Order: sequence, then C-alpha cells, then structure tokens
Amino acid sequence: MPSGKIISITCVDSNRDGLLSRTAPILKPWIIRDYVKCSGCRLCEIACSIKHEGRIWPEASRIRVFMLVPGAEVPHLCTQCSNYPCVKACPTGALLTDEKTGAVKVDEEKCIACGACIKACPGEVPHMHPEESRIVICDLCNGDPECVKACSYGCLSKGTRSQSVSYDLYSIKPEEITKNLAINLYGEKGEELFK
Amino acid sequence: MTFGYTGKIAEVNLTTQEVKDLHIDEKILKDYVGGRGLGTKILWDRLGEKWRSIDPLGPENLLLALTGPLTGYIFGMRVCCTGKSPLSNGIVGSTAAGEFPMELKCSGYDGIIVSGRAEKPVYILVTDDGVEIRSANRIWGLDGKETIREVNKEVRGLLKERKPNYGLWKEPALLYIGPAGENMVRNAAIMQKWTHACGYGGYGALMGSKNLKALVAKGTGKLPDIYDQKMLNELIKKCWSDQFANPQDRIWGTAAMGYTTGASSSAEPVRNWQEEWHDKKSMGIIQFETRSWVKRYWSDYGCPKSCMKLSVVKTGPLKGAITDSPDYELQAYCGTNLGIFDPDGVVYMAALIDDQGMSGINTANTIAFAAELFQRGILTKKDLNGIEPNWGDPKAMTELANLIITRRGIGNVLAEGTYRAAVKISKMKKVDAMQYAIQYKGIEAGAHGIRTGAHFPTLGYALSVQGGDHTSVPRPPLSEARSTIGDSLVYCTMSSPPNLRNVEWEFFKAVTGWDMDSEEWTNVNGRRIIQIQRAALLLGGPDVIWEPDVDDDNPPRWYTPLPSGPFKGASLDREKLRSERIEAYKSMGWDAKGIPTSEDLKKLGLESVDKALQLIRN
Repeated sequence: MPSGKIISITCVDSNRDGLLSRTAPILKPWIIRDYVKCSGCRLCEIACSIKHEGRIWPEASRIRVFMLVPGAEVPHLCTQCSNYPCVKACPTGALLTDEKTGAVKVDEEKCIACGACIKACPGEVPHMHPEESRIVICDLCNGDPECVKACSYGCLSKGTRSQSVSYDLYSIKPEEITKNLAINLYGEKGEELFK
Repeated sequence: MTFGYTGKIAEVNLTTQEVKDLHIDEKILKDYVGGRGLGTKILWDRLGEKWRSIDPLGPENLLLALTGPLTGYIFGMRVCCTGKSPLSNGIVGSTAAGEFPMELKCSGYDGIIVSGRAEKPVYILVTDDGVEIRSANRIWGLDGKETIREVNKEVRGLLKERKPNYGLWKEPALLYIGPAGENMVRNAAIMQKWTHACGYGGYGALMGSKNLKALVAKGTGKLPDIYDQKMLNELIKKCWSDQFANPQDRIWGTAAMGYTTGASSSAEPVRNWQEEWHDKKSMGIIQFETRSWVKRYWSDYGCPKSCMKLSVVKTGPLKGAITDSPDYELQAYCGTNLGIFDPDGVVYMAALIDDQGMSGINTANTIAFAAELFQRGILTKKDLNGIEPNWGDPKAMTELANLIITRRGIGNVLAEGTYRAAVKISKMKKVDAMQYAIQYKGIEAGAHGIRTGAHFPTLGYALSVQGGDHTSVPRPPLSEARSTIGDSLVYCTMSSPPNLRNVEWEFFKAVTGWDMDSEEWTNVNGRRIIQIQRAALLLGGPDVIWEPDVDDDNPPRWYTPLPSGPFKGASLDREKLRSERIEAYKSMGWDAKGIPTSEDLKKLGLESVDKALQLIRN
C-alpha cells in the first residue's frame, strides 16, 4: 500500500517542477481510501464518534460507510477539494479551512444548518448533526485521524497530499462508487443489484 | 437510570394496526438481560398458561426481534429473533449478525414485538419518528437481493422527503423473509444482508404467517448512555489491538473447516449423513479463497474480525451466483451433504438458499433427506415432479429446493421440515422414513457429527432446548446455560478476540454498571432461561408433543457405525447414553422423566412454570 512518503517521491519524479516540490514539500495530510478493501466493519465510525462525541454514535460520525449493496461498502468522507465549494457556498462564513491540515472546520456558533454546503459539495459529503442544528464535516482530527488508526484492512491510511493527484475527484456520491464496486465485485450481475 | 438500554420496546399488533411502546422493569432486565433471555421471559409471561394450544403459525403467536445490552458496544453485533417455534413448538433464540440491531437502537428501541396478522403484506419501518406499518405489496415475492434493493430505494427516498436538509441518507437495515418464509416453509429463515440467517427455529415461516415481509430500521440517534465510557473505550481498544495482532484468526473464518471436519474430524455430513468422512481436497479452503472469494474480509458493524467472505461463481454453467464464504455450516449442508464437492456447486446452492430465504442448515437438511429417499427408491422421479436429485448435481438440488419453496407436489410435504415430512412420507409410502431424518425435536441438526465421540458432545443435541441447534448444546460438565450468554447479551461469539476470554462481563460492567460472571450466570440467570425453554418444549403444540424418553435421543442413523474414514466403525452406545442421560437430567434439575423439578423451579422463582408443568407431570 502506498505510504505518504512514496507518494511524495512519485510527485517529485512525475512533476517537472520536482525541485520545487522537494524544497517546499506539501505536508497536508489526506486520508487515502482504497474502496475495494473496506470490510464494512465501521470501526472508523466508532472511532470517529468516540473522538468527536465521546460515545458510539454512527450518524454523528464524520466518516459514514454506505452499504447500498452488501459487499460494496463505501466509506464516505471529505476529500478537502482544492477550491472548497462548500466553504464558498456557506452564507454565514461558518466554514473555514485549517491552515495546517487543509481540513474544513465548522464554526458551530455561525452555522445555521441551511444545507448550502451539502448542495455545493459534488459528493454531498457533509450531513447534519443528528441532534444539533449544525453541519458535521471531517476535521482530519488535526492531522492524526482516528478512523485511519481504527482501520486494519488497508482501506483507510494517512498520506501526504501531492500535486500529481486531483483529490477533487474523490468528492463523489456513494451511489456512483457503489455501482462501480458492485460490478467490480460481482461482474454483470452487479448491474441488477443497484438501480 | 438503566444504562445500556434505550428503555423502549416497540409493540406492533398487525391485526389492529396498533403500535405502542413497552417499558420493561429493571428487575426483569437484570434477570433476563436481553435477546434470548428476555425473549423467553416475555413469551412465557404472555403465552405460558396456554402454551400447548398456541399454533405457532397462528395470529396469537408473537415474533420478537431483540437486542441486548452489549449490542453495538462490544465487537460484532447480532439480533435475536424468537417466538413459539413452528418447528419445535418450544422457544428458540435464533441470532444473526448484521446492522439491523444497531439501526434499531439508534432509532430508540431495544426490540420489536409483533403480534396478530396483517390482512395484506406489510413491512414495519422504525425510524427516529417512531414505528409505522407500511404496505409490502410491491416487495412481496421478491428474493433477498431484490428486497434489499427495493426497500433501500423506498426508505431512502422517504427519509429524504421527510428531512430534505439532512444530507445523504444511508441505507436502512432489514430483517426480512424471502419467498420461502412467505410460503411458510416451516424451516425458513429470517434474513439479514443477503446471507446472514436467523436459521434455527423456523421464524421465517412465523413472519410469513403474519404477512410480514420485513422489519426495517434507520435511526440517527446515539447508543444509550452507559455506566463507564472510559472503561468501555479502553476495552474496545484492547479488543481491537488483540484482534489486529492475530491476523490468522480472521483470515478464513469457519470456511476452513469444510475440508478438515470431513477429512480429519470425520464429523461432516456427507450424503445425508450416510458418511461423515471425505478426503475431497476440492473442498479445501485454498480452492474457495483462490477461486470464489471476491472479498476476503467482510464484517458486520463493529466487528474487528470479519470471518465472513463474499463468493461469486465467475464462469461456467453456474455463473452469476453470489453468496458469502460459504461458512462451514453451508459448505457442509449445501455441499458435502448433497454430495457436492466443488466450490462453484456449493456457492451456487448456498446462493439460491440465501436468496429464497431458506435456512442453509435446516432446509438443506430436508433436501438431503429427500435426496436419500430418492436414492433408495422410496421417492421416485414421478413423486418429485420429474426431478432426479442425484448426489452432486447442484442444478437438480436447486430444482428440488424450488419445489419446496413453492410448495408444489411433494414440495408441500417437504416444506414442513424434515421431522414432519418424515412422519407423512412414512405413512404415504408405508416405510420408516424417520431412520433417514437427522433432526432433534423438529429442528434439523447442525453440521457437526457426534459418532466419533471427539467432535461434538454425544448428548448435546438430544438434551438441547433448541433441538439440533449446534450453537446451543450442553458440553458436559458445562451446562447449556452457558450458551444463553452470547444470545442474551446479544453479541457475536464468533468475533471474540482470541486472547480475551470472558471479556464480555467486563463490557457488561462498563455498559450496565451491573456485576455478573459466567458462574453466577450459569447457575442462576442462564439456568432460569433453560428451564423455561425446556418447559415450553415439553408442553409442545397442537400438532406435536415430545416425549423426553423417546425424543431426548439421537437420530437412529447415529447409532449405526460410520462406514468409512479414520473412525470407521464408530457409533453411539445407546445403553451408555441412557445412563449418562439420567445424570445429565439431575445436573439440570430435571426429574427422571426429564421434567424440571418443582424444587429447582421454585429456587429460581419460576412458580408459574412449575404450575404449567403439572399438565405433564402425571
């Protein structure tokens, strides 16, 4: 499985401005997601909700695993898009980006739970806190994500963002990934399993 | 404050369409905890006085789907379904892993009790907003994969409509029946996520008798408050690390036993248990893992072990079949016991069984029983609607399965389960078909033979209050009460981390704040559950009443010597078992006739059970 380090090297090798990368490395983290390896154990959801809510609470987890087709489990979480459409769409300035990690932070005081960020997100990743009037979005645990530590299948791991990958592509709806995964796993039968 | 419980059970009467919340006293929760224990208590309190007269497939019977205090907090979650069993007329705690219990708890309910019978097919939907009965006309008749697809679509659409600002809605979780349950095939299962079955007990038929296609839940709430969150967090961490440190413990699941239990232990059913040994390396785990598995690690919510795997037939005439591992039980019952010894054939057969909502152990046992009757010329091609179920022919076996699901021709007889079919066929054909029936008190035996004396206890199934259920057998000197622990705390005993035995009581303390250990449980709480289950089993039902002297015994076949393998010639000694049985009765507080004694029942506070047993004492 690629580690953060290997990704940086790839970046340097494939990038004509490699020297620049080497001298000014981009150290922001990214949660690598290898979808076919997700077992559906949801230890990530448990770890996330214990960290952020102090208890087990699946729907308050910032990472949610969708199982629209059994076996095609899709961990769904923020990818930190380059242009942050959610941040731009927020009418109250409640969403901010963290300088160190690049994570989207929610100012709970300012959030009015209007849902504009959900509509703006190409993957519809953010969702409402189940009890409070505010949005929840992955904050990367300030650079040390709990979900990654809980995943023992190599589905989630921590990498370092490089310029050679368009992370924006990962802002994608779970339905779309499910369709692909179902065919990947089950072949043409997979087409009947999700319509 | 009662920690670890939502404090509410949903009660749904399908006849009157009335829905209400039930609150259980803390004293009862402390005594019976949840799942199988609490289910047994509720069934007894409500139906105990008239137990014998209750028709398991009539509207008076109850269907219970219950969680336990550890569900969701401990590794690996299950739900326990129960009711008066259409197979044994007793009570079976029948569990299956999956996400339903988590969604139920997150909707604010510890369980659901369903009574009555709906006029037209319905499903019950549980959400943050409560419980509703919805039409299932559109999904009645669908197989498992179609049911999940359609219900996911309908419920996600509904939730989006109700709360458009929430963001994307995850899928709900389902407990559902397939066509087998709809047609009240007596040993049909209640299913979860395509392949996970509450198999023992015949509760799929019970659901079908209520015109109930599915229980569906999607909640956004938190798990209930607990006694000590810090202690729980530490336990979780400890269990996860222990499991992560033992990769071999999770790599095969029970699927590795499909070869070993035959080849080494000589305790695997082969051709309706005519043999228990084979040396077919085509059933080796390496064949399944390299040919069939498209997903090596497949977990249910909160399970760090993932003993399940997903299998597909990718090529050839059986192409397109999808099921899980199959695990050991289904490799045996949908494979070797039908004379099928290749992964593609086993996956194909298991996939049909799962999709149609049969029990992979129980209905498949009946299929093998019929195949042996065909082998012996007792059932002919004509009797079988033109089907020739020759050993090892997966296509013919699935045709026979379809005959059972649709109750066509002899399928209508076989759909009553192995015991009842054997009674009927014995009369029809004037033969003793019971000698080919491998079942205990109406419940077909698990795929673990006892003739070698080394694999499973020789008096296990015969004394079990759950008949042939391999997950609930006394293992002397341990009592069957031990098996009520996992079923009542309701978690998956398969996912216990290898080096942390008895860790469940530490979780129990962290979640509920109550003190308990295995010894006290076995002597008091678990024993109480077993005594009630035993009483219900002996009281029986309108169609069958068991005689302990006759029925606390092994199937006739298991007294005949094993014809092959390293244990060739091994069989059970009837006289020895009869004297051991007397001792076993004593240790369980049963009298010489196998009936729980008044003394033991009074000591456990079960006076009403004692009173009901007067019916059979004399």
